[in-house]
Amino acid sequence: MIDYIQPDYEVVRNKDLCVKCKVCVRQCANQVHAYDEKRDALYVDNSKCVNCHRCVSLCPAHALKIVKTDHCFKPSANYTEDIIKDIYRQADSGGVLLSSMGTPKSYPVYWDKMLINASQVTNPSIDPLREPMEIKTFLGKKPEALEYLPDGSIKTEKYPNLELKVPIMFSAMSYGSISKNAHLCLARAARELGTFYNTGEGGLHEDLYEYGENTIVQVASGRFGVHPAYLRAGSAIEIKIGQGAKPGIGGHLPGSKIGEDVSRTRMIPMGSDAISPAPHHDIYSIEDLRQLVYSLKEATDYKKPVIVKIAAVHNVAAIASGIARSGADIIAIDGFRGGTGAAPTRIRDNVGIPVELALAAVDTRLREEGIRNNVGIVVGGSVRSSADVVKAVALGADAVYIATPALLALGCHLCRSCHSGRCNWGIATQIPELVNRLNPDIGARRLVNLVTAWAHEIMEMMGGMGINSIEALRGNRLMLRGIGLSQKELDILGIKHAGE
Amino acid sequence: MKRVYVNEEWCLGCRLCEYWCVFSASGEKHFPFAFDGGAKPPAGIQVEERGSVHFAVNCRHCEDPLCLKGCISGALSRDGYGAIRVDKTKCVGCHTCIALCPYGCIVSGGDNMPIKKCQLCAGKDYTPQCVSHCPNNAIVFEEDEDL
Amino acid sequence: MEDYEQFRQVAEKNREGNVRIPSGCAICGYFSRKGNALPASDAVNAMSYMHDRSNGLGGGFAGYGIYPDFPDHYAFHVFYDNDRAREETETFLKARFDISNMERIPTRKVYGIKGAPLIWRYFGTLLPEVKAHTELDEEEYVCRSVIHINTGIKGAYVFSSGKNMGVFKGVGYPEDVGEYYCLDGYKGYCWTAHGRYPTNTPGWWGGAHPFNILGYTVVHNGEISSYDANRRFMEIYGYKCTLLTDTEVITYIIDYLHRKRKLTLSDVAKVIAPPFWSRIEKMEEQEREKLTTLRNMYAPLLITGPFSIILGYPGGMMALNDRLKLRSMVAAEKDDVVYVSSEECAIRSICPDPDRTWSPAGGEPVIVELDKECVK
Repeated sequence: MIDYIQPDYEVVRNKDLCVKCKVCVRQCANQVHAYDEKRDALYVDNSKCVNCHRCVSLCPAHALKIVKTDHCFKPSANYTEDIIKDIYRQADSGGVLLSSMGTPKSYPVYWDKMLINASQVTNPSIDPLREPMEIKTFLGKKPEALEYLPDGSIKTEKYPNLELKVPIMFSAMSYGSISKNAHLCLARAARELGTFYNTGEGGLHEDLYEYGENTIVQVASGRFGVHPAYLRAGSAIEIKIGQGAKPGIGGHLPGSKIGEDVSRTRMIPMGSDAISPAPHHDIYSIEDLRQLVYSLKEATDYKKPVIVKIAAVHNVAAIASGIARSGADIIAIDGFRGGTGAAPTRIRDNVGIPVELALAAVDTRLREEGIRNNVGIVVGGSVRSSADVVKAVALGADAVYIATPALLALGCHLCRSCHSGRCNWGIATQIPELVNRLNPDIGARRLVNLVTAWAHEIMEMMGGMGINSIEALRGNRLMLRGIGLSQKELDILGIKHAGE
Repeated sequence: MKRVYVNEEWCLGCRLCEYWCVFSASGEKHFPFAFDGGAKPPAGIQVEERGSVHFAVNCRHCEDPLCLKGCISGALSRDGYGAIRVDKTKCVGCHTCIALCPYGCIVSGGDNMPIKKCQLCAGKDYTPQCVSHCPNNAIVFEEDEDL
Repeated sequence: MEDYEQFRQVAEKNREGNVRIPSGCAICGYFSRKGNALPASDAVNAMSYMHDRSNGLGGGFAGYGIYPDFPDHYAFHVFYDNDRAREETETFLKARFDISNMERIPTRKVYGIKGAPLIWRYFGTLLPEVKAHTELDEEEYVCRSVIHINTGIKGAYVFSSGKNMGVFKGVGYPEDVGEYYCLDGYKGYCWTAHGRYPTNTPGWWGGAHPFNILGYTVVHNGEISSYDANRRFMEIYGYKCTLLTDTEVITYIIDYLHRKRKLTLSDVAKVIAPPFWSRIEKMEEQEREKLTTLRNMYAPLLITGPFSIILGYPGGMMALNDRLKLRSMVAAEKDDVVYVSSEECAIRSICPDPDRTWSPAGGEPVIVELDKECVK
């Protein structure tokens, strides 16, 4: 059989520097590197390389680099190399193409087309090193009115809220799609940071129940690992309707990843594929959603906020409005550039809308309908830096979900091969030797570092704007200006153009 | 005293510790220079492995060191810090210490050559290199009075 | 004449509502607890001592207890661009209110005051049949009528609509504006005053301060950075922030919290300038619980950025600084009168020997109200 597909990358070894320590050989789970004893030489098989940088990062002599191959097709702006290769792949396999992580396509990133304001002269900027700078956030429904009791205290309706010390949470990644150690890193970091991580749809490993106060437990269409103790273990329950990277379809965790622990946690037989249906088969309409929301509230004595997570799709504002009236306390919107452990390539790259536009549309719609205070809004799907967080909050989000940046902090190099299950960094794998490569002591610390650094930067930017409390930034769209956007885009985002 | 400890759970068997040990002991300025001639010289830390179990072992700098007692040339001594060190100019390569070490932590430097062992990167102004370069925090440099 | 046309054009383009205009300012207010009638001329005089805090592009005054002959009538002060707007507004008002008195507000020619609109006032009570048929309570109905005129009738702007109180404002230095409105003839138990230093050249009289809705008047010095967060929250509740000014949104916030949500004024202050979380966490449980609830439920009404405001309301006055105290504000007391001002010199100009002066801390309101026996 002819192999139509040539390697994308070439591993380049500088023989002057290489000391033949063979750490590359030992560490590459894809078996790119090999040592030949007879010739005392190291060889590479470029066709297996996914460009994850494990060998490059561990090489003590800095003798390795990975380059994109210059082997090429006849250039075409229409039939690009990627398209040709995808066609070969499908002609080979007859299957649906699978991909991981967020889309690499060059769709507009609206975060990068918005600029943040700062104070000059007419009001002072505030120095976060000298003045308090508050970023504590409550997520959930707010009461509108209050009553005074005779003793001067106040009485209001009480709705369960999540209290976040930073407006950043780790978004859903299931145990199964990522390793237990990765989950442990997220859980420990969430606890230390005073925020939350999300179990994803794979249930909660018994060892992680102790982090329940900082856990959001997810209920997805497959209902894997959902039982009363699980629902009660977390601080909030998230109903996952959709995911930004793959709106409208379910999930598929291959049986090879369902080992003993995953099987027990998900409550499915070992080795069986875990297939989440595309819709929840008990939610075919908004009133069905309301029933599930209240079933979950009933099961947890109305003590925990219920989040409904949807993918950003064309009609997102109307859908969010429906959700806000369904009893949900928080709406999570996942943009189409968000990551995934595995998704059909065509869906990942073509379905959904950018989260920035979805957020602006939802916030505006909920305000117009007077129900913005019924729900918290969390956005995810490619929030890449503290500046993105500030822009999201200024557009109207209460908090953000991050996942890809969290994985990057854990060592992920975005090789987008999660679906292979052989993650060299111990993240998206269940192979014990690989899982062990992620020491939770290191991982949790790196996550804490990342979010702490972002929090400092958020405070710096807020201080520059003369804002010392994040609630005064939330929905404060005057603090944003568009750059290089059309009037339509500006209208949807509800912001002015730079210079206006 | 602080010693180098290895946590088997997190040891990946990558053997980077061995190479950094050699580099540190070599006194060379550039990493590759420590390995002139190709084959890796013996290191003061060794990864033991069988199947999926691996862990690095190195000198425990015992309270009551048998190696020191058995040294026929006076090459082994305890320095001010508490580390057992070898004076390469005195060691005659008799391997008595290797035979005596209950942990198997002293390795041969070759026939009639000075032995190799962990000296805790003594005399350097850095943490033992096996520790700082372990990619998974499996090797730590800590106080532990239990030994 | 050409000059005047040019002035009108610039004024129209830069009119509040078309652009957002940051301003620095001087504010001043005084209040007699015993309800004694204090002269407006004191306020005019005091503002002249802070001349340099204004730049001649806005000044105004609000007095309470100034219309003892019409204590129960809504006193509408209205700017008109032309008679057509006046006729339309009068038709609108007469359909809803029993107008007992209407007149041009007396003014005199003053050098430095130009571009004045037609300025009228009306004293009226809501017609009983209107009151009977509306679903709204009376105040809300009046409030919406005012908003209707201001947003729906071109060239008309109601700048004062409370009972037994009135706002007098215009483009010019505050002392000139006071002179223009013949304020030497007015007396009231409370006066607040404002001199404006906008960063461009607005010429519209409606944009000057105090800003008023029903009995509430606000004079404000500062530029709040939370403006759009506050505005967008208020718009959820039907308030239309047409002027894009801080003062407007602050007034609406106070109206919403105090009149509609019935929060006490000290709790209103805790919503707009709350203590920091670090302080709240150290409080006694009941207080901690209360502040946490208030901050959480009304989070979008927290105001950041520098401000000092004086709120006038029937029977009371409240002064408040932002929580970092980024704008100067001094308070003083002499007998039954409490003074608040951007600068102490203004207070000393009208009360040379106060019993005490102090500088209220950021977020700590100074609230004075009429003594119980003085309330009618």
